[in-house]
Amino acid sequence: MKRWRYLLGKIGWAFFTILFVLILNFFLFRVLPGDPARAGVHDPRLKKEAIEAIRVRFGLDKPVINCFESLNPIKIGSCDVNPLDTQFFIYVKNLLQGEMGISYHSNRPVVDILAERLWNTILLIGAGQILAILIGVVFGMFAAWKARTSIDYGALIISLVAWSLPTFWLGIILLFWGSNNGLPIGGMQTPGMSSQPFLVRAGDIARHMFLPTLTYTIVYMGEYMLIMRSSLLDVLSEDYILTAKAKGLSMFQVLKDHALKNAMLPLVTVIAINLGFTMAGAVQIETVFSWPGLGLAIYEAVNRRDFPVLQGAFLLIAIAVILSNLIADLMYSYLDPRVHTD
Amino acid sequence: MQDYFLEVQDLKKYFLAGRPSMFNRAVEQVHAVDGVSLQLRRGEVVAIVGESGCGKSTLALTLMGLEEPTDGKIIFESKEITHANEHDRKLLRQRIQMVFQDPYESLNPTQTIGEIVGEPLDVHGLIHSKSERELKVVKALEDAGLKPAETYMHRFPHQLSGGQRQRVVIAGALVLEPHLLIADEPVSMLDVSIRAEILNLLADLRRTRQISIILITHDLGTVGYFADRIAVMYLGRIVEIGPTHEVLTNPQHPYTKALLSVVPVPNPRLRRERVILQGETPNPIHLPSGCRFHPRCPIVVERCKVEDPAYVETGESHQTACWMVGT
Ligand SMILES: Nc1ncnc2c1ncn2[C@@H]1O[C@H](COP(=O)(O)OP(=O)(O)OP(=O)(O)O)[C@@H](O)[C@H]1O
Ligand SMILES: [Mg+2]
Repeated sequence: MKRWRYLLGKIGWAFFTILFVLILNFFLFRVLPGDPARAGVHDPRLKKEAIEAIRVRFGLDKPVINCFESLNPIKIGSCDVNPLDTQFFIYVKNLLQGEMGISYHSNRPVVDILAERLWNTILLIGAGQILAILIGVVFGMFAAWKARTSIDYGALIISLVAWSLPTFWLGIILLFWGSNNGLPIGGMQTPGMSSQPFLVRAGDIARHMFLPTLTYTIVYMGEYMLIMRSSLLDVLSEDYILTAKAKGLSMFQVLKDHALKNAMLPLVTVIAINLGFTMAGAVQIETVFSWPGLGLAIYEAVNRRDFPVLQGAFLLIAIAVILSNLIADLMYSYLDPRVHTD
Repeated sequence: MQDYFLEVQDLKKYFLAGRPSMFNRAVEQVHAVDGVSLQLRRGEVVAIVGESGCGKSTLALTLMGLEEPTDGKIIFESKEITHANEHDRKLLRQRIQMVFQDPYESLNPTQTIGEIVGEPLDVHGLIHSKSERELKVVKALEDAGLKPAETYMHRFPHQLSGGQRQRVVIAGALVLEPHLLIADEPVSMLDVSIRAEILNLLADLRRTRQISIILITHDLGTVGYFADRIAVMYLGRIVEIGPTHEVLTNPQHPYTKALLSVVPVPNPRLRRERVILQGETPNPIHLPSGCRFHPRCPIVVERCKVEDPAYVETGESHQTACWMVGT
C-alpha cells in the first residue's frame, strides 16, 4: 500500500516537472534573439519578401501567445488573436503529435535528427557508464577493504586525479595517443562501411568507440570509486557489521551479504542522475572525437543558431534527467525496505 | 584450583591514539583495557559496571575476538583462545555470542527478521533443510519472547519497537545455542518501562539454558537482582569484584562506594550519604601514577600516589584493589 502511494507520488512529480519544462523550454527560445529570418535581415541580398517567406515557413509570423484575459494582468500579447493560432499552441499541438519542428539548417524534421543522434549517444554512454561503474565499484570496494593502507591511498590519488581531469583535455591527449597507434580518431564509421557485412561494421564501430569510451570511463570511474569507498567505509563501521562478524561470517560474507547492498544505495542515486546528465555531458567527448551523438548535435546547433534542434535537444535532456531521477527513486525504494514498507 | 569455564588473565587492549604520521612517529596509547583478570563458572552471571569510557565495551570486543588483545590470556572451556586462528574462531562464534548496546544499529535494515535470525544457522551449516531452519528460527524468536513468531518473520527491523528489536538481537544470538553470552549494555538504549522485561528475559535464559552471561552496564541499580557477582571497573581495570549482595551492601573500594551512593533507592531512610567524586575521569592515555583512582579518591594517602595496589581479600571471594581496605 505504502509502496504504491510512494510510486504514484514520484511519477506524478515527474509528470509535472516535465510539463513545467515543456513550457519553460518554449519561452526560453522565444526570449532569445535571432531567428533565421532576423539573422538574414543583416544580409543585404535578402529581399523583404524572402524574409517574410522564411518567417511564414517556420511559423514565426504568428504571435507567440495571445493574452489570457484573466490570467494575464499585464496583458502580454495581443488579445484579439485566436489562441489556436499562436506559436505556443502550435508548439504544444506538434509535441503531442511527436513533432518538434524543422531544423533551420538541414530542413529535416528535428525528431528524425535527434532520434538518430540519441542512439549513438546511448551506445557511447552505455558502454562508458557500464565500464566506469564496474571499475569504480570494484576499486572502491578494494580501497575500503584495504582502508588506510598504501593500496587505498594509491587508489584514492588515482581516482581524485581521474575525477578532476578536464574531459576535453583528456580526450585530446588520448586522441594524440590513439592516432599514433593506428586508432580511428573521429566519427563513428569508416566511410563506405555501410555495404559491409554486419560483423565487419560492428568491429569498425567498436574501434571508433574505443577512445571516446576510454575517456568517458576514466572521467567517471574516479567519482564512482570515491563514492563507493566512502559509502562502504561508512557501512563497515556500523554495528550490524560487527554483529555479522560476531555471528561468524567471514570478511567476504560480511561484504557480500551485508555491506554491499547497503553501500550501493548512495551509488545507485548518483549513477541514475549521472545517466540523465551525461546525455548532455557528452558534448565535450563527442565534440573532441566527432562522435555523431546528441552532444555534437547540440554543439553544431549552437554554432548554426539552429533553434528547433536545440529546443528539441534541451527537451530530450530535461526529460532524460527527470526520468533518471524517477528511476533512482524507484530503484531506491526497491533496494531499501525502509522506503516501501510501513 | 577450580577449573573455570572462562578465565581471563591480565588482559590488556591498547589502542593507538591517532595514527603515526610523518611528523609524529611516537603515537600515544589509549589504555582501554589494562590488566583485567576475571573467572566465570558455567551458568554464572557476572555484571561489569563502571562509568562511560572505562573500557567495558573494549573488554567485551576483546573477549569476542573482535579486537586483538595486546597482552594477557583468555582461556575458554579449558582451551586458550587469546589469538585463535580463523578456523577455531568460527567454532568459538557458536559458543560465545554477543548482544550489542543499540538495537537500532545492530540489525541490518535490508534483512527481514527471519533472515537475520536464520543467518547464523546457514553460516555454521547447522541446518539441513528449510523446514529445520524455520523450526529453529521460530523457536529462537519465541524463546526471546516474540510470539507468535510467524507475525515477525517477514517484517523488517524498522517496523519493530526498540524492545522488540533487542529481542530479535537476542534471538539471533540464541539460535546458535551459545554457552556464553556477552551483553553490552543491552537495555541502556531502551525505554525504562521495557528494560526490566529484557533483563528478565536474560535471567530466564540463564535458568532454562544454563547460559553464562557477562552483563555490561553502567547502572548499578538494575543489575542487583540477577547477577551472581559484580565486577566494578575503573579506567581499564577491575577495582572490586565480589558476590552481588556483598558488593551492594558492603562495598569496600571508595569508587564502588561513590557509585552506590548515587544509586536511587526506594526507601529514603536507607539512603546513604552521597559521595560526589571530585574531578573528571582522567583520560586513559596518561594514566595517573600509583593507584589509578587516587586523583579522585576521598581517602587518598601518600602511598596511593606511588604504588599500584594489589587485590586484597575483603570477604568470601570478594577482592578489592585498594591500600586503605583491611587496614
Ligand atoms: N577503536 C578505538 N580506537 C581508539 N580508542 C578507542 C577505540 N575504542 C575505544 N577506545 C577508547 O577506549 C576507551 C574505552 O572505551 P569503551 O568503549 O570500551 O568504553 P565503555 O566503558 O564501553 O564506555 P561506554 O559506557 O560509553 O560504552 C575510551 O577512552 C575510548 O575512547
Ligand atoms: Mg560501551
